[in-house]
Parts: sequence; C-alpha cells; structure tokens
Amino acid sequence: MPRLVSHPDEVKVISRRFGLGATDLDKYIELDGYAAARTAAEKGPDWIIAEMKASGLRGRGGAGFPTGMKWSFVPKQSAKPKYVLVNGDESEPGTCKDHLIFLHDPHSVIEGCMIAGLAIGAKTGFIYLRGEYRYLLNIMEKAVADAYARGILGKNIFGIQGLDFDVITQTGAGAYEVGEESALMESLEGKRGVPRIRPPFPAVVGLYGGPTIINNAETIAAVPHILRMGGEAYAKLGSERNGGTRLFGISGHVVRPGVYELPMGYSLRKAIYEVAGGIANGRSLKAVVPGGSSCPVLLPNEIDVGLDFDQMGKAGTMLGSGGIVVLDDTVSIVEFALRVIKFYQHESCGWCIPCREGTDWIKKTLTRVHAGAGEVKDIDNVQYLAENMMGRTFCPLGDAAAMPILGFVKKFRKEFEEYIAGQRVDAPILPPSNLVHIAGASH
Amino acid sequence: MSTPIQNSIFSPELAARFDHLPTIYPARRSALVPMLLYAQDELGYVSDAAIAEIAQRLDLTELDVASVLSYYSMLRTEPAGKYNIQVCTNISCMLRGGYEILDHCKKKLGVGHKQTTPDGQFSLEEVECIGACCWAPAMQVNYDFHDELTPAKVDAILDDYAHGRSKDVK
Repeated sequence: MPRLVSHPDEVKVISRRFGLGATDLDKYIELDGYAAARTAAEKGPDWIIAEMKASGLRGRGGAGFPTGMKWSFVPKQSAKPKYVLVNGDESEPGTCKDHLIFLHDPHSVIEGCMIAGLAIGAKTGFIYLRGEYRYLLNIMEKAVADAYARGILGKNIFGIQGLDFDVITQTGAGAYEVGEESALMESLEGKRGVPRIRPPFPAVVGLYGGPTIINNAETIAAVPHILRMGGEAYAKLGSERNGGTRLFGISGHVVRPGVYELPMGYSLRKAIYEVAGGIANGRSLKAVVPGGSSCPVLLPNEIDVGLDFDQMGKAGTMLGSGGIVVLDDTVSIVEFALRVIKFYQHESCGWCIPCREGTDWIKKTLTRVHAGAGEVKDIDNVQYLAENMMGRTFCPLGDAAAMPILGFVKKFRKEFEEYIAGQRVDAPILPPSNLVHIAGASH
Repeated sequence: MSTPIQNSIFSPELAARFDHLPTIYPARRSALVPMLLYAQDELGYVSDAAIAEIAQRLDLTELDVASVLSYYSMLRTEPAGKYNIQVCTNISCMLRGGYEILDHCKKKLGVGHKQTTPDGQFSLEEVECIGACCWAPAMQVNYDFHDELTPAKVDAILDDYAHGRSKDVK
C-alpha cells in the first residue's frame, strides 16, 4: 500500500481526510462531506463560479489554467447536453498524487464533479481513471453506488425537485496520450486516443459534441474545500495568482519520498531538503526534474524558487503535475535523457509527424550515444530535432518530449561531450542488456 | 440498435454486464474500451471471437474494434501468464532500483520482456510509469500494486502468487 507521509510545513486541505477512512460515506459526511455540494445547489451557478474565480485555483494537471475562468467559458444555453469530465488518467512520470485521492477520498472527486456540473448546468459527469488503476476504480465505483443509495446522486438530489446528476466511472487501457484532454474525449467515445484540433475548445464542443469541462482529479477534489472555506480564504493559502495548496509528489533520491500537500509558492529547496529530508545516502544533488518528466531540468543553483506556475515559468521550467524527481550525483544525464525519450517515443500516438518522427530519431540518436558510438554533432542534432518539434503538434505531447531533452542537452552539454569522448559513469543504471532491450524495444 | 446476441462466448455474468454497459453512455460505442478490458480479464487476452462479439454488440466493424484495441498498451491478442508481472522502469523507479527488480525477475523466472514461463504461471513485462513514483520501485501483478520493492520482497511476493496465497484484484 502507498505509504502516507507527513511534515509540519504541510497545509492539509485536499489531503485532510487521507488515512481517516473517508472512503466510507458516513465518515465522509462526518468530515464535512457533501455540505459544499448542498450549499452549491442552494446558491446556484453564479455564486459557485464567483467563488472559484476568487480561489485562484489553477489546473493541477499541469497547464495551470484558472479553473473558474474555464468553467465560465461554457455557454449557458446549449442544444446538446453538457458534461463534466474528470481526468484521472494520471500518467506523467513522477506523478502519483491522484492515486492517493482515489484511494483515500473518492467522495471528494464525486462531490467536486457534482459542483462542477451545478456550475455549468451539466447533468452527467464522467470520472476516467487510467487502466492500471483498477483497484482504485473499484473504490470509486463503490463510492458512487453508496452516493446513489443515499440520494446524493441520481434524481432530485438533496430532495431538490429537478436537480439531477449522474456519474459514470471507467478506466482507460494504457496510454499516456489519453491524459491529454481531447484524446481523453476520444477514448471515452470508444476510439483510439488521438488528439482533436482546437478550436473548437471542449467548453463549446466537447464530449459527444456537447459543451464539456475537463479538469484534473486533484483540481476537482479541491472544489468542495474551496466552497467550504470560501474562495478568498483558499486563495490566501497560496502565492500571488496561484491560490491554495497542491499535492507535490517528491520521488527519486530523497530520504523521505512521498506525496506532501504544500502551499503554492513553497520553496523548492525546502521541499527537497526539509520536507523530503534531503538527498539520500549522503550524496549530493545533481539535478531536479520539478513537475513531471516533461519539465526542463533544474540545476542545484536554480532551486531557490517558489513552487507555483509563474515562478517556475520564470525559472525556465514548469510546475507541471507537481511530481518532483530528485537526481543525485551518481546519475548519468545521458542515461536519464535516454530513459525519458524512450518513454515519449513509446507514448507518442503517431498522429502528428513532428512528434512521431522526432521522438523516434532522438531515441535512436541517444541510444547510439549511450552505447559509446556517439559523435559531438549528435548533440546538436538532438537539439535541432527537439527544437523542430516545439509547437508543431495538435497536442502538447510533442512539446512535453522536446522540452526536457532541450533542458538536458543545454544544461549538461559538457557531460554529453565528455561521455562521447569516452568518460562513463561508475555505476550505470541502464546496464548493456537493458540498453539492447531499449534499442530494440517494440512494445 | 445492435443485433441481439444468441450464443455469447462470455460467461453469463459477463454477457449480462455487456448487455447493460453500452446503455449507460450517451453513445453505445463508449463502452468499447471497458468491454475490451473485461473480455481480456475473463479470457486472458482479447481473442478474435471476442472482437467479433464486441463488434456485433456495439454495431461496429471488427476492424474498428481491432484498431482501437491496438492503440492501448494493456490490451493484448495473445495469452499472457496467469500472473502478469509488470515492472516499472520509468524515471522515479529507475532511480531507486527498477532495473535491478526487472533483472531479478528475468533471472528468477527465466523469461524476458513479454515472455511467459513454460508452465503458464508467470509472464513478465517492462512497463512505463504506473503511478507509484513516491513508493518506488514498484510493479503490478495483474491489477495489484506492489511497492518499495527489493529483490527479497519480490521473491516473497512471487512465492505467494505461485502458491495461491495472494488476492487478485479484478
């Protein structure tokens, strides 16, 4: 079972029910559950959206778009039904926060989904989990069934005539790309998960052609808490233009890896050295991938930065999905970069040529470099390929693959050059047998 | 409406579930990915006969179904072992010994990536991130998660499966 961790600097909002048995509906209600949805039903859409805007909540999937604003884009009148789609296809390497939300607080996702539905006038919400999360789907399905049995979902909810809301849960079947919102809709419609071109945006033409809001599971789980404590109070927990708290997953070479709920704007250095206990085994810090594998790497002298969307952007990287991956000084960046691009090459859906070909050629080139047959011009070539992927694809997967690679070759160019000149690491993580496997992988 | 199914290849329970599942969605086709997963859970893989029946149930062509099937990495058209071991080697697991766990499984079982032991008990797969990064290294056996692995812990886990002592999430 995933280990729960704790640190005094945490501000537990989303995680306040973790470990308290809130999968049980009575326990959830005892811990203030479904009170926010009831208030939302009474006060109506304008009040909900005003509170959401005041909260400064920005999308926790990685893009950081203001949630209240996203909801306000949905047309009030629509000939086609409107939908809420909760994105629980958590797949960004380094990210495991939604895993804990589904495991410990499934009703918060249902309640947030209901409130989103009330805000935009949708009567159906979908909660889509990644295929690997079957045991979490089982937890979600039991929570949904309990909510129906109690009259919290279905027709005339909370006894209010005409107030209906249904929730449908399902999983995917293994595809990183489906975490992208338009590919997610395709998957939910029973198709291959390839992205749709925008415009039109999902808020206007989404699932089954109806206006749809798509939010990350953590974003949705934050919603009931925002209404419970008030948008302004939630905003004050965070930093400027970055309201509230978020779940940061700190993994890799730290003493106490785990998912910690920290205020937006919290120091990255403190997150690594205090919250997660510093670098394990007495080693020193080499690099940090700060928000999931698609975020450009930071060097040890670049970590005095606040963990919010704007400060991380200024630092030349991204807050992303909040998955902080810490690398100690034993790691070869050549190996690490190869493992990262192997992932994106595997997950590129192949729809857009720059992404399909770019990820494949970068993987081939880095495989050769790693095997000891690289030339200095390979570094330039990798950079050229990555730069030509940027902004040239339907969905952000192309950028997500290119950005970390650009970070590695720019910030660690000397290490690539030394590797090519014959200098290797003492303890390679990818042994030659795995290298052969990666080079010839067809899975 | 789709053609009624006379002689389903699935168990009566799964056939009844498949009668119902397409009706909960605004469009029947939305049930496709879940149906492929549940078919695989029952049969061990998605057979040609399963593709044909699912196509019939959803008013799709078999080509439509096969095309969707081929997109998703968890779906397979060949049987795997009774217990399919999926070892994550993505970045967070890689940094904490994921490759060591994978190599240990390979040596212990005598099989490689996407291979099955001769007795059909275990198959092995190297997989991408499974969402257990903070509890790395991690693996799944069928749908069950096992985390904070060491080679010794893997030995104990596989021993439990071999002797039928483990739960098996469906």
